[in-house]
Amino acid sequence: MGKYIAKRMLALLIILLGLSVLTFCLTSVLPSDPAQQLMESMGAGSDPEAIARIKAEYGLDQPLPSQYKNWLAGILHGDFGQSVKYGQPVSLILARKLPNTVRLACVSFVLMLLIALPLGILSAVYHNKTADYVIRFLAFIGEALPSFWIALVLIYLFSVKLHLLPVGGSESPRHLIMPAVTLALGMAASYIRRIRTSMLEEMNQPYIIGGISRGVSKKRIILYHVLPNSLLTIVTLLGMSFGGLLGGTMIVETIFSWNGIGSAAVNAITNRDYQLIQGYVMWMGVIYVCVNLLVDILYRYLDPRIRLGGMEE
Amino acid sequence: MKTKTRRKSRYTSFYFCLACAVLFTLFSVCAGYFAPYDPLKTDYGSLLAAPSAVHVCGTDQLGRDLFSRILYGGRTSLLIAYLVTGIVSVFGIFIGIISGQAGGIADEVIMRLVDVLIAFPGNIFTLAMVAVMGTGIQNLVIAMCFTGWTKYARASRSLVLSIKNENYIIQAKLGGASFFKVIWRYIMPNVVPSLLVLMAQDIGNKLLTVAGLSLLGLGSKPPTPEWGFMLSEGRNYMSEAPWLLLFPGVVILINVIIFNLLGDSLRDIMDPHF
Repeated sequence: MGKYIAKRMLALLIILLGLSVLTFCLTSVLPSDPAQQLMESMGAGSDPEAIARIKAEYGLDQPLPSQYKNWLAGILHGDFGQSVKYGQPVSLILARKLPNTVRLACVSFVLMLLIALPLGILSAVYHNKTADYVIRFLAFIGEALPSFWIALVLIYLFSVKLHLLPVGGSESPRHLIMPAVTLALGMAASYIRRIRTSMLEEMNQPYIIGGISRGVSKKRIILYHVLPNSLLTIVTLLGMSFGGLLGGTMIVETIFSWNGIGSAAVNAITNRDYQLIQGYVMWMGVIYVCVNLLVDILYRYLDPRIRLGGMEE
Repeated sequence: MKTKTRRKSRYTSFYFCLACAVLFTLFSVCAGYFAPYDPLKTDYGSLLAAPSAVHVCGTDQLGRDLFSRILYGGRTSLLIAYLVTGIVSVFGIFIGIISGQAGGIADEVIMRLVDVLIAFPGNIFTLAMVAVMGTGIQNLVIAMCFTGWTKYARASRSLVLSIKNENYIIQAKLGGASFFKVIWRYIMPNVVPSLLVLMAQDIGNKLLTVAGLSLLGLGSKPPTPEWGFMLSEGRNYMSEAPWLLLFPGVVILINVIIFNLLGDSLRDIMDPHF
């Protein structure tokens, strides 16, 4: 186990390094000159002398490798540069908005589990019966439903027609309901299918037949034997979607004007706030990779077959 | 006997989905023939008109016929989805096969690059590239191509690894077939069919990405009709004209369903177990 973690940590370092190079290249291959853009955004025209001064100030006159070195050194100290739009450090802006996104992600995650777990289990238990067909049909439609459309339809129904919920914003828990439901519905559809498949696979194992032949009740077998074992594979998927969720909220956050980092990134694009975009991309990449690694290790820890050796590579 | 009918029914569902996909594509490509109105022609006499016999799906805030706009919108949305899927699958499969077949340092470098590109969740990197290059359909396509090939590279590489040491491959090599000849004649025919499933589903995914990013204003620019952008325009008028949300959304949904079903039925056909 320790050896495995060490190996994964090393791979993580390489990926993080690659991540930083890619993110850095993203803005350094800009078709336009960032210094000039900064000038223009301040309405100062394009005086070549001033541009040269800005370049020197931001280190833009140095060759790319040393620019990268400075940039990376800054990031390692938590300095992602200044946001042109807000006039504040990028890290500060992201740190202020991240809790909102995490809150949204967590709530929609719990909601998703509340929908997907019972339906997935039902679907597996009533395999090839009416309930199974209905649930599978709903899940199939749900998987094809675009999240942005769900969002718009929810707004239409609950804000415009019924006046029950606010259209957008992020002040109160009431603002949280619609974006969370939107995200949850999108994820739930695919999880119903995954939970179903994984449970059906487990139900075909010999130990289940053994349990049935010894007269263990069906309920007990499903709840105490099938479920824990099949959830093990779901855990990995859950971790990945949680990481993905943090980055996948852009559209939903923007539609509901939720004050998270996703909508901040979209705004940054309209404002050509490259430092903020760069910081956002880097941060999301790092979080995603780290969450995935944690989940992977957790999965191995949870599965005694792997934890106690045997299947370790 | 039973297997035979089942096989037949699976082919039926495949052909049905394929026909639907072709039909939708035809409608979009030949939008000029089917559309009752010019999608860009504004008519201030009938702003936000409800669906009726004159305008089947109603009109938008500038009096443009929604049905015609949906047909023309397919040109942007569907064709981009096809284009991107085509480019990324060819490129990704090519890279994946080379990587798997060559092995060694080339494999290591390519796969680390894939790891890094996959390390960005969702469409973040696509979004960032569009942000840097500037919004617009062309840049959106470039960005989606840049990030989309990794999935195919991974899948085709693992398929190559699974057949790499089969006797017929080794024999071809012993017989003096060149590196590319082995790939072209013996590996490609074994790898590509299994990836068709991935491609069919990817078209649906790409459709959602294009629509989603256009909705954020990163894709097509007005007045070009595009399904996602039409939704974002319709959003401002949803209380007076809910059909502006209904029809483009339903069209996206139906198309995604068709491509998902196409992928599923393809997988059933490919599966030798039935």
